[in-house]
Amino acid sequence: MGAIWLCLVAVMIAGYVVLDGFDIGVGILHLLIAHTDDERRALIQSIGPVWDGNEVWLLAAGGTLYFAFPALYAASFSGFYLPLMMVLWLLILRGVSLEFRSHVGGHLWSVFWDAVFAVASILLAVFFGAALGNVVRGVPLDAAGNFFEPLWTNFQPTGQTGILDWYTILVGMVALAVLAFHGAVWLTWRVRGELNGRTHAVALRLWWVAALTIILTFVNFRLLPVGLYSFRVHPLGFIFPLLAIAGLVGVKLFLRGNQEAAAFAASCVYIIGMLTSVTFTLYPNVLPSTAGIINNLTVANAKAAH
Amino acid sequence: MAALGAYYVLSEQHEKFGKLFLRVGFTVGVLAAFLQLYPTGDGQGIMIARHQEPTHAAMEGLFHTQAGAPIAILGQPDVPNMRLDNPLHIPNALSFLTCKKWTATVKGLDQFPQDEWPDNIPLLYFSYHIMVGLGTVFIAILFLAAVQLLRGKLYTSRVMLWTLMLSAPFPFIANTAGWITAEVGRQPWIIYGMMRTRAGVSSLVAAGNIWFTLLGFMGIYSILAILFLFLVYREIEHGPGPEPSAE
Repeated sequence: MGAIWLCLVAVMIAGYVVLDGFDIGVGILHLLIAHTDDERRALIQSIGPVWDGNEVWLLAAGGTLYFAFPALYAASFSGFYLPLMMVLWLLILRGVSLEFRSHVGGHLWSVFWDAVFAVASILLAVFFGAALGNVVRGVPLDAAGNFFEPLWTNFQPTGQTGILDWYTILVGMVALAVLAFHGAVWLTWRVRGELNGRTHAVALRLWWVAALTIILTFVNFRLLPVGLYSFRVHPLGFIFPLLAIAGLVGVKLFLRGNQEAAAFAASCVYIIGMLTSVTFTLYPNVLPSTAGIINNLTVANAKAAH
Repeated sequence: MAALGAYYVLSEQHEKFGKLFLRVGFTVGVLAAFLQLYPTGDGQGIMIARHQEPTHAAMEGLFHTQAGAPIAILGQPDVPNMRLDNPLHIPNALSFLTCKKWTATVKGLDQFPQDEWPDNIPLLYFSYHIMVGLGTVFIAILFLAAVQLLRGKLYTSRVMLWTLMLSAPFPFIANTAGWITAEVGRQPWIIYGMMRTRAGVSSLVAAGNIWFTLLGFMGIYSILAILFLFLVYREIEHGPGPEPSAE
């Protein structure tokens, strides 16, 4: 039963990352791809009608988390309080920048809000990646299922870890690259004309960075060998990383063949494959503890009583 | 909306739209104002009187239980001495509103132990009275507007139009005062009668963090409010209707 709820939460979170991921990706890239105000406007219009609905998936994921795993919700939202609030502020700034941008005709106005949009999107990607890094690495949960971790310490590989740390920032950078890639593939689908060629070029270049993430994942398993345990017990789980690789290969092939909608679908599959692989390696933990494996929050002890 | 219409009519720009805004705003407003008196506002008041008695006593400024309890229109609560300074009372009205009988007994704050009183009685009392006072003002203004409309003089009576235009901020103030009443009135409980606010405080997140994020949100919201006023002012000046947008 707990496993079913975990799948549900994972679906919600994956849905959010796939959908809002390309909005964030567009935000990261738009200042790099577009050279004029008209082009920037075209890029933003590509996400214009959908970005708000995509963000709703975050609420759905949070709500499902609350109902399905209240102990995890309590531990993570209290322990991650400051970064959570910062993510909220970034989401507010991103939304505001998108909506306010076209209200005043002046050049300074739109330049300012474009910059806010870009910075907010970049930081969002890094923060979300850092959150994933924290979940994978674990936090100092105590026996009561609570933890306090400083927001940052000294970013050194040894000594006390912080929520923003060399490892989690690294995962954040990976997330930045992956979401930028996803956004670029979306743009190849949604933007016509001369810009389309540029988006193709960016997407293909970012493809190599995304391919790097597959290699990095293998490196990650050397760092945290416990992750391989799930694969040994349930070899069926290999389907998730295979999904990711298939998705990635699919993007390259479809982009080459100018089938952009299929390329975007393949990119979604790649992200879903990556996220499900992470969930699978974590299973049955939902939030490991660095203060002793007995303090791990698992599917069993974090879920609601009935 | 009616205020915006009044502004357009008074300043003689976009007059056709101004009159439309006046009509629509007035119609909805007058319905809402009277509905808020009865049944929705009345229903809320009776519910609070029944289920949150200390709150009800505090917000009405009723310190001592009495039969035939009055409504205080004006008055400053003096909590240590348990009385209202300079009160202006309508006798027996509170008994009637709460229990439908002019002589019913209404419980005052003296009936409840002090640890069940809301912490900040003056704030509760004033926010409640501001909300209800403005609600009454709405009814009065819209009633007069109805009279003017029936006489066919709504668009030409400058006094009425000025009143409508200047009362634009009132709904926002009344709304906020209402929320303050609800939240302050619920204290010291976070779940009324079952869990105190003190018990709901997180032991993990130190108060300093909350201050940081509260100030952060206040900062963001203040900036957004200023931007909002700026943009809305531009839109109002622009006026309604097809214009080449800065798209």
